[in-house]
Amino acid sequence: MSEKFHIEITNNGAPVYLKDIPSLSYHDFLAHLKNLLAEPSNHCIAYYAVKMDKKLKFFCYVAIDNTSRIAIFTHEQEFDNLVLPSLTPGNFTLHIFEREIHENHGVEFDGHPWLKPVRFPNNHYNSASKINNYPFYNIESEELHEVGVGPIHAGIIEPGHFRFICNGEKVLHLEIQLGYQHRGIEKLFIERDNALQRSILSESISGDSVVAHMLAHSILIESLAGITVPVSLQIERCIALELERIAMHIGDTAALCGDIAYQLGQVVNEALRTTIINTTQLWCGNRFGKGLIRAGGSNYPMTIDFIDALLQTLEDTGKRYSEITDRIFSLPNVLSRFDGIGILTQTQAQLIGAVGMVARSSGMDRDIRKSHAFQYYKEYPFESITQQTGDVLARAMLRNLEVRYSIEMIKEMIRIYRQKEPTFEKPVYNYKLQPDSISISLTEGWRGEICHTAITNQKGEIVHYKIKDPSFHNWMALAVAVRNQEISDFPVCNKSFNLSYCGNDL
Amino acid sequence: MIKEYSILKHHGRQYVPDLTKVKLSPLFRGRPVIAEQITAEEKDELINLCPTSAFVRAPFGIDLGKCVFCKECEFRFPDKIHFTNDYKIATNNPNNLIIQSGNKPVEFNSELIREDVRKLFNRSLKLRQVSAGGDNSCEMELNAAGNVNFDMGRYGIEFVASPRHADGIVITGPITENMAEALQICYDAIPSPKIIILVGTDAISGGIFTGSHALNRFFLEKYNIDLYVPGNPAHPLTFINGIFSLLGKI
Repeated sequence: MSEKFHIEITNNGAPVYLKDIPSLSYHDFLAHLKNLLAEPSNHCIAYYAVKMDKKLKFFCYVAIDNTSRIAIFTHEQEFDNLVLPSLTPGNFTLHIFEREIHENHGVEFDGHPWLKPVRFPNNHYNSASKINNYPFYNIESEELHEVGVGPIHAGIIEPGHFRFICNGEKVLHLEIQLGYQHRGIEKLFIERDNALQRSILSESISGDSVVAHMLAHSILIESLAGITVPVSLQIERCIALELERIAMHIGDTAALCGDIAYQLGQVVNEALRTTIINTTQLWCGNRFGKGLIRAGGSNYPMTIDFIDALLQTLEDTGKRYSEITDRIFSLPNVLSRFDGIGILTQTQAQLIGAVGMVARSSGMDRDIRKSHAFQYYKEYPFESITQQTGDVLARAMLRNLEVRYSIEMIKEMIRIYRQKEPTFEKPVYNYKLQPDSISISLTEGWRGEICHTAITNQKGEIVHYKIKDPSFHNWMALAVAVRNQEISDFPVCNKSFNLSYCGNDL
Repeated sequence: MIKEYSILKHHGRQYVPDLTKVKLSPLFRGRPVIAEQITAEEKDELINLCPTSAFVRAPFGIDLGKCVFCKECEFRFPDKIHFTNDYKIATNNPNNLIIQSGNKPVEFNSELIREDVRKLFNRSLKLRQVSAGGDNSCEMELNAAGNVNFDMGRYGIEFVASPRHADGIVITGPITENMAEALQICYDAIPSPKIIILVGTDAISGGIFTGSHALNRFFLEKYNIDLYVPGNPAHPLTFINGIFSLLGKI
């Protein structure tokens, strides 16, 4: 891989100056991206455009798993009536990024099969495009019918619209329209020039991945401000992240059981999730960990009493979780509803660029904790867990195995933590960011890779902030997985992915 | 079958017998207590510090409808402000959300409740929840209010799938422009008389999103709000106790 086409950085590492990033012609950009993505373990983590000096500057980041590096390269275009050949036909993983650029800046991507709105942001380019006139795909046929669900769903969940095209009970096609949750977060990150406000914003991106998003933001700020944090704090952060993973995975196990009317599995897991989130509340006063992670330090260092309580909870909950999941995964009436339902094959997962637990359930070994380790995972002998079959069973089983592994991981981290001299740093709010720079941070939340990037100007102010939730990639996985399934299996398929609406809509 | 018995035995009794008497862990961030003595400089600093401008200058207080419970004010002035673990902070009067100096519980004004609310909904209240830009934490807490631990269903309080079956609407999130129409349609589909409950700081004031151009909070100007449930997210017990107060169950 030739260095002159891109600059490489590491996750959790130092920022780079904007002037050091190679700016390619679109032709070279295209060829280089294609070249990088030819290696199956590489994937594009972000590709977006920013208005800079009356030009449109495109930034592309490719994660190179084998070397744990991130390649950054750019191309620059005149703004007016921009038409570029689309990269999507050659590599489908880029479809969502081009759609986003099209929606925000009006760039036409010639040859893109599916140049549709992503989230209807309040400042999008084509103001005539409204959320209630989304151009749905349809098929003219007297044999087929359409089923529309949402934006408001039957349960207490976030809004989004699902449009099925069915042949009898069978789903031929599902299109997912999002954007209802759009709150303009990325813009607020620039408007609010206040560290605390940005912290609160990061915690509000997705309330079920508070720790993961907050950690990504904190690492990004620490990188740009040149702050290093002590090992003890890094361990605490990893423990918080694993606790979040355990709580959400157990909650999803409960919901999956609920969807197939296995009530014992549902209620036992609901109660177990409560014990975990109440432990987080014991730690920081909030069941979702809001306020727990801050850049530069922590307001809630672990106390000896808390560590004892945490170990006790993990011991009890771990035992009971093993007991109930052993039962769940041996019951024929559970297995018959999970096995072979909603399959996402490894080829499909690779094609759409799936990340996180969805990718791992389909046999792809993609885990930021392993490939681009951050914080204490750098030191920890982490091994990722994968499943091969890509069905609901695989995703349920992956949760089961990850919960058990995370419990062991926290226990081991606490053992190491106790050998260290904990240093207590207070959060830093008056930081100064490196000017004219760009930095990126990746974390692995329970859903998958979360990416935050920021660009600073010559005064060190943030002029562009980009957030990518794993759901941004993975919604397409759900749409593909339900094809040729019974529509009655949709709820259990949807639950097995449990993707974020607000993380996508921002 | 033996395995099921073993699981049930270890599961034990999970429900909270009395939802009005639970003690939450000491660090839980509930109702704040503000000291009597607080200098003008300290007030200025607090007002500048707060990420959501939740402080009210005169008379000095903190508006729980705007507070995101980050506790940074307490970290700055630990002698002046303290967040207690009192979770009973829901009320039907927005003025009661403004906490001034002294240690007094959040008041509830029963006289302001419409007559038919307690008469019709006291023994059965079915609610339709709409997330309008919520970050999914308030939504999960509302789900938890009906789970095996809190089980508010035992009091006849339940969430239902259809607005046609509902007696009221529970709104979470700061109400996005993209969700405004759907929220209105849902509200209109609920038969009268009906109540509106706002859950979470985002819903009550917009929270950290206040001022974002992607919001459209016009809906809230049109109707009377029956219950405000602050929190970031609101704890299930805050929600349940708020409903109890509304229905006259406590």
